[in-house]
Amino acid sequence: MAATVIVIGAGPAGVRAAEALVEAGLRPVVIDEGRRDGGQIYRRQPEGFTRTYDALYGTEAERARALHEAFDALRPNIDYVPDTLVWNVAPNSVHMVSGTRHRELGFDALIVCSGATDRLMPVPGWHHAGTYSLGGAQVALKSQGCAIGSRVVMMGTGPLLYLVAAQYVKAGATVSAVLDTSTFAQRLRALPQLLAIPSTLKKGIALMKVLKDARVPVHRGITPVEIRGTPEHGVQGVRVKLADGAMLEVECDAVALGYHLRSETQLADLAGCEFRFDQALQQWLPVADEDGRSNVKGVYLAGDGARVRGADAAERAGRLAALAAMKDIGMISNEDEANKLRIQLGRFTRFAAGLRAAFPWPARFAATLPDETIVCRCEAISAGELRRVVNDMGAKEANRAKAFSRVGMGRCQGRFCAHAGAEVIAAEARVPLEAVGRLRGQAPVKPLPMALAPHQDMETSE
Amino acid sequence: MTARADVIVIGGGIVGTSTAFFLRQRNRSVILLERGLTGQQASGVNFGGVRRQGRALEQLAMSNRALETWRRSRELLGEDVEFLPSGHTRVCYHAHDAEYFHRYAADARACGLDLEVVEGAAMFRRFPFLGRDVLAASISPLDGHANPRLAAPAFGRAAARLGAHIVENTEVVRVEKEAGGFRVETATGDVYRAEQVLICAGAWANALSTQFGEPVPLSARGPQMAVTEPVPYVFPFSMGVYTSIKEESVYFRQIPRGNIVLGGGPPGPADAGTRRASVLPANTVAQMAQFRRMVPAMRALHVIRVWSGVESYLPDSEPVIGPSSTTDGLFYAFGFSGSGFQIGPGVGETLAEVLDSGSTPIDLTSFSIRRFQRASSTHAESITSETSP
Repeated sequence: MAATVIVIGAGPAGVRAAEALVEAGLRPVVIDEGRRDGGQIYRRQPEGFTRTYDALYGTEAERARALHEAFDALRPNIDYVPDTLVWNVAPNSVHMVSGTRHRELGFDALIVCSGATDRLMPVPGWHHAGTYSLGGAQVALKSQGCAIGSRVVMMGTGPLLYLVAAQYVKAGATVSAVLDTSTFAQRLRALPQLLAIPSTLKKGIALMKVLKDARVPVHRGITPVEIRGTPEHGVQGVRVKLADGAMLEVECDAVALGYHLRSETQLADLAGCEFRFDQALQQWLPVADEDGRSNVKGVYLAGDGARVRGADAAERAGRLAALAAMKDIGMISNEDEANKLRIQLGRFTRFAAGLRAAFPWPARFAATLPDETIVCRCEAISAGELRRVVNDMGAKEANRAKAFSRVGMGRCQGRFCAHAGAEVIAAEARVPLEAVGRLRGQAPVKPLPMALAPHQDMETSE
Repeated sequence: MTARADVIVIGGGIVGTSTAFFLRQRNRSVILLERGLTGQQASGVNFGGVRRQGRALEQLAMSNRALETWRRSRELLGEDVEFLPSGHTRVCYHAHDAEYFHRYAADARACGLDLEVVEGAAMFRRFPFLGRDVLAASISPLDGHANPRLAAPAFGRAAARLGAHIVENTEVVRVEKEAGGFRVETATGDVYRAEQVLICAGAWANALSTQFGEPVPLSARGPQMAVTEPVPYVFPFSMGVYTSIKEESVYFRQIPRGNIVLGGGPPGPADAGTRRASVLPANTVAQMAQFRRMVPAMRALHVIRVWSGVESYLPDSEPVIGPSSTTDGLFYAFGFSGSGFQIGPGVGETLAEVLDSGSTPIDLTSFSIRRFQRASSTHAESITSETSP
């Protein structure tokens, strides 16, 4: 019997992994949370929407089209399970849910292509309605053709800051300001590494021109002060300190925030993968070899979910992980292609290091957050409360601080607050970030309906 | 390094931290050695039920004592452990279980626990949200629930404020009797000495009791816990199903911020060696069906997180509490079999009394470690329904 290989995610990594498996004669199962393939970056618009590839993806139109066409061609040869969340991973099986239907499926190999979401740093007032992540702002646009507000401020740092701003401008939305916490000098210093992928660098420069032509104010080297708003009206403006020390206030009704990306690692965690602290990234990441093999037999990690290197790298990493899985299963391996992919990925790794230098994570902000700033938005826990458990209750480790303060206990399980929460603890306890540790992952990956019933059963009244 | 005290407590769960607290109230010097952090395992991951009803009658004297401490916890500990004396209700689906409710209520009354049993229409008037399978409810109005993540650490901090020496991240590898008392050695080679030792090390206790010729058939298991998103606060009390069918035995409580804490059903695997326990996905799915049966309105909720931890179980589901049968000055308290949280401070107070004065009015005979030396194979596995307190 042919091996069962499950691919989680139908973004760039997942699609290319499935493609390599199909080419070798396997029939993989592709489970994806989205209703349609493409992942976040190449998200396909809902059926019946008619925007063109150029309108939807801009400079990435050709890549998006190629990925979608590749996936469409795979459809007869894969078991495609869309609109389905893998909520838990047991040894050699995944547990998934679609609506309220539950299913368990065994695997010989599991390729996790879980993607990334925004890395967030709290700012006073970010709990007001109208505050989104940059990724969320992009989803609204790509999926539904909506802007998050009529006057939008983009704040944070990273390539997505400029990409989303440019996409909003092109879609006709009003971008009131782009507020970047990193500086032009940092960008220049990172240039040698960014030249590892000149085409992507060029696209970045083109985005700046879109903003300039639209006369969008762009400020670099800013320090966020406050998102101003009220519970009744939501976001009303943003206050920042400019590089020269002057205060700037921008009126707006929505803010998109983000500081580059963080890998979505809960599935790797639930699968039992070992995690290590990456000094360069200042993040805990699952351990995987160059080809994506984790320390758990049969579990492979690819794409931004394993290490943020962008969509082009994810396509190659997905393919490489599939080759590794097939080799380990005992199928014929294609070493020539694997070698080529490894060399290409090396360039993306250098480029990613350049992006980190150009758009650094502003760890220093955590120490100066006012006590009343909400850190954990799900549970509404403030920086002051988190500092209190560090100081009064001796909680200098992430899980201990979570147990005492509830930071990371809510429905996002720390996906959006754990990075900043750990920085607050580290600053307050005066220990290195690594010593704070990482929140242990718990199922479910996302909230699980209590109406859950086994997939096969006909619903009976209860 | 050598340190000495009147008493060394090994294990910083709720029993160890509360014993240290009550020993300091009696002015006895105490060192508490904890392999991880206080309240991190069974005491910290359990359901948080402050429940007397359902316990073996022999436990009720200590359980009543514990309730007094829970009631005074804010004043005693100087911090809030979120104790809510909002009542605890057991419900059942089977006629023989309803009959048992009446018998247990009569027996418990003689032990200082007052219960009210309601059935049929009267029960549904009182608890209109209950599923129609429910036959009877047994209400304990003075019981309630508290936050297990906060309680044992709070006892530990209060003990430390009174002068107890709480040493965390310290694993005890050897306990030996020597002239004048005990020598306790840690994994890093530190030595502590005391006249008396209390071993309340949960799932790790057997390795130490074995050093005194008293092995016990202790096993590690993990409670299967879950929590929903916050919803409007409508269930002040905690509630569970009494049944001999393990899958049916689920329980819940809602905290004022709105989340509903869920647990029950068969336990999951736990490993004292790695200090890890897991929630089996199939258990989570099975629990949901049972909650829909008990409270159909729960169908609309979502579970946002599950968790487990390492609990210690004995074959008769009753703990070991009291003196060693081989060694003077050595005491035990472990194997609470998923029901140690509520009674913990009562056990701590009682042990402090015994360690300090040499006696207690509470009868500890049935909890003696001797029972496992006498008849290791004849103990029938008793049926307990609500394994978490």
